[in-house]
Amino acid sequence: MEKQPIIEFRGVTKRFDVRTILDKVDFQIYEGEVTTLIGLSGTGKSVTLKHIIGLLKPDEGQILYRGKPIDQMSKKEWNDYIGQISYMFQNNALFDSLTIIENVSLPLRQTTKMKKKEITEKALAAIEQTELTEVFDKYPSELSGGMQKRAALARALVTDPSIVLFDEPTTGQDPIRKNAILGMVAEYQNRFGFTALLISHEIPDVYFISNRILALYGKKIVFQGTPDEFEEFEHPFREEILTSLESLQEDITGLYSKRHFKVRYQTDLSKRQPDAMYAVATFAVDDLDTIIEHSGHDAAQEIIRALGSYINKHFGAVGGFSSRQTINEYATVLPYSDLDEAERIMADFKRDFREHGLPDLKSLQKGEKPDADHFEFSILAGLAQGKPQIEIESVMEFARFNQTPIARFQSKRGGKSQ
Amino acid sequence: MAKNSTEHNSSDAIALPKPGNPLTWLFHPFGAHAVRVNGNLGAIAIFFLRAFIQIFHPKQFSAIVQQIYFIGAKSAQIVMLVGFFTGMVLGLQLYHVLVKFGSVGVLGTAVALSLIREMGPVLTAIMITARAGSAMTAEIGIQRISEQVDALSTMRVDPVGFLISPRIAAAIVSFPILTTFFDLIGILGGWVSGCLLLGVNSGAYYYRVVSATEMSDITGGLIKSLVFGLLVVTICCFQGFYTHMRTDSYGARSVSLSTTSAVVLSCVMILISDYVVTTFIL
Repeated sequence: MEKQPIIEFRGVTKRFDVRTILDKVDFQIYEGEVTTLIGLSGTGKSVTLKHIIGLLKPDEGQILYRGKPIDQMSKKEWNDYIGQISYMFQNNALFDSLTIIENVSLPLRQTTKMKKKEITEKALAAIEQTELTEVFDKYPSELSGGMQKRAALARALVTDPSIVLFDEPTTGQDPIRKNAILGMVAEYQNRFGFTALLISHEIPDVYFISNRILALYGKKIVFQGTPDEFEEFEHPFREEILTSLESLQEDITGLYSKRHFKVRYQTDLSKRQPDAMYAVATFAVDDLDTIIEHSGHDAAQEIIRALGSYINKHFGAVGGFSSRQTINEYATVLPYSDLDEAERIMADFKRDFREHGLPDLKSLQKGEKPDADHFEFSILAGLAQGKPQIEIESVMEFARFNQTPIARFQSKRGGKSQ
Repeated sequence: MAKNSTEHNSSDAIALPKPGNPLTWLFHPFGAHAVRVNGNLGAIAIFFLRAFIQIFHPKQFSAIVQQIYFIGAKSAQIVMLVGFFTGMVLGLQLYHVLVKFGSVGVLGTAVALSLIREMGPVLTAIMITARAGSAMTAEIGIQRISEQVDALSTMRVDPVGFLISPRIAAAIVSFPILTTFFDLIGILGGWVSGCLLLGVNSGAYYYRVVSATEMSDITGGLIKSLVFGLLVVTICCFQGFYTHMRTDSYGARSVSLSTTSAVVLSCVMILISDYVVTTFIL
């Protein structure tokens, strides 16, 4: 049976005076999924989101919620609909004359009959989840841009919405925070099961948390589908936005984007003999949830990032190229190494990584237990051998299957130090 | 749809026929202006009614108290200071007029009636416009352009009820009280200049104040202050709330222009409505 969209745009056109922003836009949002809307700046992404929440009305076309046009809803139906949605504004839209806890608790105070104590507890829990406990009584202007973003996130989630609209939640954040916020969105979405529509430029990082991608280009939705389908998408949009954004990403992290990783793989190996050998290594941070639980999203992202950086440095020096594949997994291709050579390179990597990979954290020896107030986590790695005619995904799957712990570290509960 | 939606299309965008002959060309701007003014008056009236109805929501109490503190308590000092010197000037000027007719005995009557009937309500309203009205416009305007008002709508909080209703309620409470303070301190100021400095008999001054002032003078003054209060707060809040719809500027500049418009318009409306209300009272 075909899935029923929770929100659907049918031929939505929006004009401001004579300027057309959206021209017969059609797309669907499905329940329980994370959908990411990407597009160039000023192409109407925020305008699209504002139509869903009713801040803007379409000049033509309809927006449907579970098949019912929202412009035909009764007042009660409209209130029920809007009550399920939270909107996180691009510029946060925090009340600058209210403290963080007052901001976060505002929707509860104004729209529910909860007691003051309950509201405070719930707001504090949201503040704690977004790691703002130390600044709960400060005003937004006293916080950094990143903290304000997290306060807006806390306010958006405090009402337990079933649909959350995120308007560029990672804008103005450093790379660690960007991934931490995306990780947070993914974690909350998993935990609470809400439907998320996200505007983001964080390509390819946003692929890791998205079920579907919408591409807005030339006033229309030119693509809607899964991130994997988007990888194969051929359109001028790619030239204009993806290439620049992905290249930027490479400059920052030194790692290849998934698409460039594939392109490099095909370029390097298509010229090789069919019986030529190469090796693929996959790496993963095991127990990511444990790290998030004990040390928070920022610490988890720092570990993932440090691992990526170390992999790139180590394997890049011997001709390998690497890419981040999922939220906590990297893959490296060693195009001119067979399995034996790859194992030697991996052994060197293991030794170096244990000693220098995560300088702030203590590496645990075999059989060693973590200290009482610490927890442990592992880094996994696996190798597989491939041939040019074999799909890279299959080889990576083998490498995943072969993963074993290569290093164990201990981290202090609630902090980064040993 | 969008019961709480924000109107983003300019109210200026009223489709009027293109001028076809010189007569149309001559009157077109006036007609367009009249239509726009009419539209704005209607919008202000609806805006006020929406805000007024929501004053009685139980969650408003603490917000109203806060606004009474801001509009009322924090304006009290400046209102009383202006009231005192206004009374002194009145005492001084009227003394020199009355002395020519040998009627300095009615100085108390002249000072008290001038203050209670006219100057108290008008000057109090103008002072509150300058101090609190401009601040209201700027605050709401900034909240509008930084999307805080839209954020309220997305949280199912009616921005008119949340931002405007407490201010209207506070104006209803504060304006008459501040006007009363102004009148009392003004009468005291008149006594200082007339009696202490110029030698008019204190007993005669206060006797004339009490004997000449009737209840209708006091209620008339208080009705005026109430009307001015509602006008000032509605105009100032309206200007701030719809600052994003200005067609002559954007962003911070639109807030600045809205604040100027709010103060000017409030002062003009105070004086116009003063005449209208006086006509009905007398």
